[in-house]
Amino acid sequence: MSDSYVTPDGRTIGGKVLEMRNITLRFGGVVAIKDISFDIREGEIRAIIGPNGAGKSSMLNVINGFYHPQEGEIWFHGEKRKPMKPYQIAKQGIARTFQNIALFKGMSTLDNIMTGRFNQMKTNMALQMLWKGPAEREEVANREIVERVIDFLEIQAIRKTPVGALPYGLQKRVELGRALAAQPKLLLLDEPMAGMNVEEKEDMSRFILDVNDEFGTTIALIEHDMGVVMDISDRVVVMDYGKKIGDGTPDEVRNNQAVIDAYLGVDHG
Amino acid sequence: MMDQFLYGTEAAINGLMTGVMYSLVALGFVLIFKASGIFNYAQGVMALFGALTLVGIQEGQVPFAGLINAIFGTNIQKFGWELPAVAAIILTIGVMILFAWLVERLLLKHLVNQEPIILFMATIGLAYFMEGVGDLMWGSDIKTLNLGLTQGLNETIDAATYDWFGYGFYIDNLDITAAIIAIILVVALTIFSQYSTTGRALRAVADDHQAALSVGISLRFIWVVVWAIAGFIALVAGVMWGAKSGVQFSLSLITLKALPVLMLGGFTSIPGAIIGGMIIGVGEKLFEFIVSSSWFGDFFGFTMNATENWFAYVLALIFLVFRPQGLFGDKIIERV
Ligand SMILES: Nc1ncnc2c1ncn2[C@@H]1O[C@H](COP(=O)(O)OP(=O)(O)OP(=O)(O)O)[C@@H](O)[C@H]1O
Ligand SMILES: [Mg+2]
Repeated sequence: MSDSYVTPDGRTIGGKVLEMRNITLRFGGVVAIKDISFDIREGEIRAIIGPNGAGKSSMLNVINGFYHPQEGEIWFHGEKRKPMKPYQIAKQGIARTFQNIALFKGMSTLDNIMTGRFNQMKTNMALQMLWKGPAEREEVANREIVERVIDFLEIQAIRKTPVGALPYGLQKRVELGRALAAQPKLLLLDEPMAGMNVEEKEDMSRFILDVNDEFGTTIALIEHDMGVVMDISDRVVVMDYGKKIGDGTPDEVRNNQAVIDAYLGVDHG
Repeated sequence: MMDQFLYGTEAAINGLMTGVMYSLVALGFVLIFKASGIFNYAQGVMALFGALTLVGIQEGQVPFAGLINAIFGTNIQKFGWELPAVAAIILTIGVMILFAWLVERLLLKHLVNQEPIILFMATIGLAYFMEGVGDLMWGSDIKTLNLGLTQGLNETIDAATYDWFGYGFYIDNLDITAAIIAIILVVALTIFSQYSTTGRALRAVADDHQAALSVGISLRFIWVVVWAIAGFIALVAGVMWGAKSGVQFSLSLITLKALPVLMLGGFTSIPGAIIGGMIIGVGEKLFEFIVSSSWFGDFFGFTMNATENWFAYVLALIFLVFRPQGLFGDKIIERV
């Protein structure tokens, strides 16, 4: 298979951004991920699906460095990645959101999204204390990017609101905003639409497609809503009990017998 | 009765000045607790260590002179210079930053994800270790801190209050300076944490470790920053306290004064630490004033003295019963 392909809607997908090779992750006796390999291509929307406890979140946690797999290799932009801390991986251009929203609850929407720019803000602390000069210019420049994210996500009205006070759907959107502010190469979304109503899901799907389209951001997303997954993703990895049981386009996956069995709850033997 | 009211007011103002010092020490605790969940028993010793180092550097004392002399049979004491106060302060700040870095390297780094009680024990160890190091480095004699701050009665206030009320308030210049410096420090810290990148990162870490990591904030970097800031606050507190009553090892006991402040204000609340300190400062002076007064004695048939030693604790205990999370503290659910 050649590295690049063209999607049905005519987008050209490039080479491998990230490649997971034979990843195994154990927690004591529990095998959360069992010898899984797959890749994520430049510009693609890659879904990871599977029943509860399949190991999907664990996979994202491996990608962003919260978990360290016991076996396997992770290749990022054609280079084998050494074991790294989450903040170092963030610096490489991988941003994420969480299944259980992890926002800075006491801070405003604006401040939350500003933290997404942390990696791009480099003035040293002594200068920050003086505030004028480089620190101020940097703050203003980054502020502009953040304001664009806020406009993009249509959350101008809640810029100054402490996020703890926001309804769930908006919190999810702010969290996406924080990840976008980093202008990541690879964006990881853990159930961005969980707990949303139909209208909110439509909004979120549109944002995800727009991010991918306008900024060319590569996206890996976990989602339970099959309708959404089939609609927006280019390729799908299916996990069950820590194993990969399917990988391909939405159509291929939909017709895969192992996948159908897993979802219909056929006995795993 | 009017004169009693005036004396009471004077006592309260003096209490407020002392209270500001309590606030500072408590603030150091809160910062570290919020960022890392560590109850830093060593905060008081950091104040002592900062003050000792400042005096030592300013007077050109040779660090570890006693140790060097004992080993090599020499008799060196001083380098023979006197540094200007500003230079000594800057150098001392450098030492406190170095200290923060060492704490992270040698201690915190190895204790990530440990139980809070273990971290607490580690800071107890750190406290005694630092007291020992402070002693070895600078000697255990009481030192006078000379930063050229004016001390004694503030005559302007004395004269003005005499004109207005017919009674001149006794307010110490040093207390006024200390209060002003503390206020500047708190305002500066607030601005820093609200409007700078690192300040925002600090708040982020205090709020959610995982999320902070995911946006690229290094916890270890933040810990160094927090401990350095706490060290700086400790230095200010130590210097102010030391200027008043000499730099001596009992200075580390201000930890014990900060404890009731924390119970009152809540361990995670910066406004709580500041207001709690003031409440305790004012409360203990006013209480002392009332229960030792003759009219209290006439009414109840007894008077009390030296209540300052225990009043803060009793007040804090009463608080603890009715509002265990403190005035502004987060609801007690779990440590985040
Ligand atoms: N930190 C951890 N410690 C121990 N076990 C863990 C940890 N994280 C995940 N697991 C285990 O790994 C397995 C996979 O969990 P994971 O959260 O990755 O599933 P998931 O596919 O995201 O499920 P869901 O759809 O419910 O979010 C589960 O058995 C879980 O209990
Ligand atoms: Mg999950």
